[in-house]
Amino acid sequence: MASKNLDLRRFPGFLPLTYLCLFLLYAPLIIVMIYSFNDSASITRWDSMSLRWYQEVFFGVEAPKFRTATFNSVTIALIAATSATIIATMAATAMLRSGKFRGKSASFALINLPLMVPEIVTAVATLIFFSAIGFKAGYLTIVLAHIVFCIPFAYLPIAARMQGIEDTFEQAAQDLYATRFQTFRLILLPLMTPGILSGFLLAFIISLDDFIITNFVKGAGVETLPTAIYGAVRQGIKPNIMAISTLLLLVSVVFVTLSYFVGRMGEKNK
Amino acid sequence: MPENDNIAVDIQNVTKMYGAFTALKDVNLDIRDNEFFTLLGPSGCGKTTLLRSIAGFEDITKGAIVLYGQNIANLLPNQRPVNTVFQQYALFPHMNVTQNVMFGLLRLGQDKATAKARVGEVLELVQLTAFADRMPSQLSGGQQQRVALARALAPSPKVLLLDEPLSALDLKLRQAVRLELQQIQQQTGITFVFVTHDQEEALTMSDRIAVIEGGQVQQVGSAREIYEAPKNKFVADFIGETNLLDVNVTDLAGGKGSCILPSGAQITCPAADGAHAGPGHLSVRPERIAITTAGGGLVQGNASRHIYLGTDVHVEVTLTDGEKVTVRMQNSTQIQIPEVGQAVGLEFEADAARLLVD
Amino acid sequence: MAAGPQPTPNSNTSTYAGFGIPLILPAWVIIGFFLVVPVCVMLIYSFLTKEFRGGVIWEFSLAAYDQFFFDRGLFGDEAPKIEWTYISIFWRSIWQAAVATVFCLIIGFPTAWFIATRTGRNRSIWLFLITIPYWVNLLIRTISMKFLIRDNGPMNELMLSSGLISEPIHIINTNLAVQLGLFYSYLPFMVLPIYAAVERYNFALSEAAADLYASRYVTLTQIILPAVKPGIIAGCILVFVPSLGAFLAPDLLGGAKNFMIGSLIEEQFKGAAGNWPFGAAASMILLSMVLVVLTLYARQQTREQG
Repeated sequence: MASKNLDLRRFPGFLPLTYLCLFLLYAPLIIVMIYSFNDSASITRWDSMSLRWYQEVFFGVEAPKFRTATFNSVTIALIAATSATIIATMAATAMLRSGKFRGKSASFALINLPLMVPEIVTAVATLIFFSAIGFKAGYLTIVLAHIVFCIPFAYLPIAARMQGIEDTFEQAAQDLYATRFQTFRLILLPLMTPGILSGFLLAFIISLDDFIITNFVKGAGVETLPTAIYGAVRQGIKPNIMAISTLLLLVSVVFVTLSYFVGRMGEKNK
Repeated sequence: MPENDNIAVDIQNVTKMYGAFTALKDVNLDIRDNEFFTLLGPSGCGKTTLLRSIAGFEDITKGAIVLYGQNIANLLPNQRPVNTVFQQYALFPHMNVTQNVMFGLLRLGQDKATAKARVGEVLELVQLTAFADRMPSQLSGGQQQRVALARALAPSPKVLLLDEPLSALDLKLRQAVRLELQQIQQQTGITFVFVTHDQEEALTMSDRIAVIEGGQVQQVGSAREIYEAPKNKFVADFIGETNLLDVNVTDLAGGKGSCILPSGAQITCPAADGAHAGPGHLSVRPERIAITTAGGGLVQGNASRHIYLGTDVHVEVTLTDGEKVTVRMQNSTQIQIPEVGQAVGLEFEADAARLLVD
Repeated sequence: MAAGPQPTPNSNTSTYAGFGIPLILPAWVIIGFFLVVPVCVMLIYSFLTKEFRGGVIWEFSLAAYDQFFFDRGLFGDEAPKIEWTYISIFWRSIWQAAVATVFCLIIGFPTAWFIATRTGRNRSIWLFLITIPYWVNLLIRTISMKFLIRDNGPMNELMLSSGLISEPIHIINTNLAVQLGLFYSYLPFMVLPIYAAVERYNFALSEAAADLYASRYVTLTQIILPAVKPGIIAGCILVFVPSLGAFLAPDLLGGAKNFMIGSLIEEQFKGAAGNWPFGAAASMILLSMVLVVLTLYARQQTREQG
């Protein structure tokens, strides 16, 4: 008899719903991508293909503003992701490789805390805090706020990878007269590299994409790419917004794909 | 074979507790210089814990571990001049064979040239010179094991610890490697402390064996001593096969004692050191018992089962008092194997038996 | 939901024992100083007096919470009645978040099931496809949703020109738009935990049910759903909680008439109309609600594993 009827994994209607799901997820993005190539200035009519809006993004009137915003976003992301990765690596070593210590379970809650608190609450609290201690809102406040919420995202792949490395390698290293620092540097760190890289990429993209917290703590003088886009959208969606959106979209996808493959690379080498 | 009485590792009153659980109870052992010493016992008996305590991966609760006169119990693993061959080899996956073997030497401060020369020596010893540039993932199980051995030998440790290194190999390979390990030990003169649960391995490779159970040393001796003169029921039962008859031990004197067999016959045979009068066991190995005519011999019974093992047949005989005795008979055309149900007598030399208490 | 694997209780991976505290210290400093302390400061601020044009006067006052819950008339001198304005905003947010969660569940469960029952490489590809959109900037995603469903947007264009409808469907600036936006933002959070639960589901149970004459749908409701319930609950929490405090979806898709908590709070910190203590108070109330939900969840987890 046809295994179709007997396949206990099949539920009629689930497949169409899955396709619907995919459609719902991709349609808005694809539409934006298509329209970003629209020659017409009107966003409702489709004229012909053109790279006009991309040209405007890079060379047009608003280009400097977006360029500065991009520069800010990228540099902030680099600093935040690097700091978060270092802190997360140390934290993972503490949680997974240092036995018991006082405050260990509290530490686990702490690392997850940024994920539990709603973004807007974090944004408000950070704004209030910097104001209360008189720390002027600007580039630095953004960086500090970003490091906080990047830590759990970097921690995820790093801890997962570390968990998968048996500790016999480190024992063997110590058996062969390596100090603990040498063991960490020569054995654990190299074996962890895919996880650390993966964590860095994840943290980078999270920082790059952040809007709400950045918007609250940035003050008036600094713009990041998301806040610049938001500001422009408030005045109405113009085609160059769609061009920028498409670019940002592609960057995100590339980064996450990289992060995924980097993480997988480590698995194959073991 | 140890030529001197230098003690390489002196385990003194070592106790190890995990919370309420005692893994090692007051262990005392002398391991001699240039000896191939084996820790043998069933899983969970504490032999690996003891080995790891010598290496430094376990802290001991009480006692001392004296290595050539120096107590190393409080030193970190990287401060102890002993090296370990791990059960799963633990070769560093991101380094090739040469880098793996060189690792300990570099940590000890040797310069690269000297270290590389030593690596060459050691790889030749384990016959892996051609594989010097391979990565561990490109090696077979047997080759990985030899790299692990080379890596542990390169720093010329005073004692080499081997944690069941052959358990992951298949049978034929295991037998070949056993021989090689013995040869390497003799060539290098390094004291080997070897952990295994496999008796055959222990009996064939070791100068001396410590039988361990329940965190305690049951007996220490050469293969022959342990097999022929087991000190208690556990050792007699764990090493090889034996028959244990419940008897009452009397008249202990001069290393011998008397007991009454189920047939009523009385015999005098060697007694283990700790034997005392009262309820005990008579241990006789299956290969020391001969089957004679019904009604004859020291005890009588009926053949109740055959176990066919190819070269041997083990005949199970149920005695008059219900106890079961296994007799080993050679499976040859000249030897008549009793039928099941047939009445038989069992004969053995008094000196081949042994009186034991638990 | 937690970041990464739980450390094992009897971990003998203590290679770096003794270094635990120095290693975890930077995390404590950063997260403690820039999240925990700020939240405490925010709590304090909710009990201070507002300064016009933003900021606070350091004077204790319950005005913020009072303003939230009570209506004392235009001049503040009438007997207090319950102030429904803000409570209704919170209530609407709960409602919107709940609806969005249900949307996500209806679409997400079959999707998760479908993906989990694919084999080998197919499965990874499907998973990848589902998660890629999540990695696009939330702002971009919300903008594109707005672009799509506006009155003169491509969706209406397409349906008008193909004759399906005669007038543009007005979705933008309605409840539905916001719910669509929330659904769009957090769908993968529903799919992934359910996927994980279905992946661990033992299909022998389905076979046993079939062997005992159960129909496909009886099996679904009586055997499968209870078995994957933890994944479903985790997914619902992961969608509901962020939706509650969401800002972008209501702001860009809901317009002025669809105020949610996020918009309410944001407004308090903008320019002259701002009321910092009130914003802080509203944030505290939101945070408390979220903590209640999470605590209930955690307690239910431990009860089930107990």
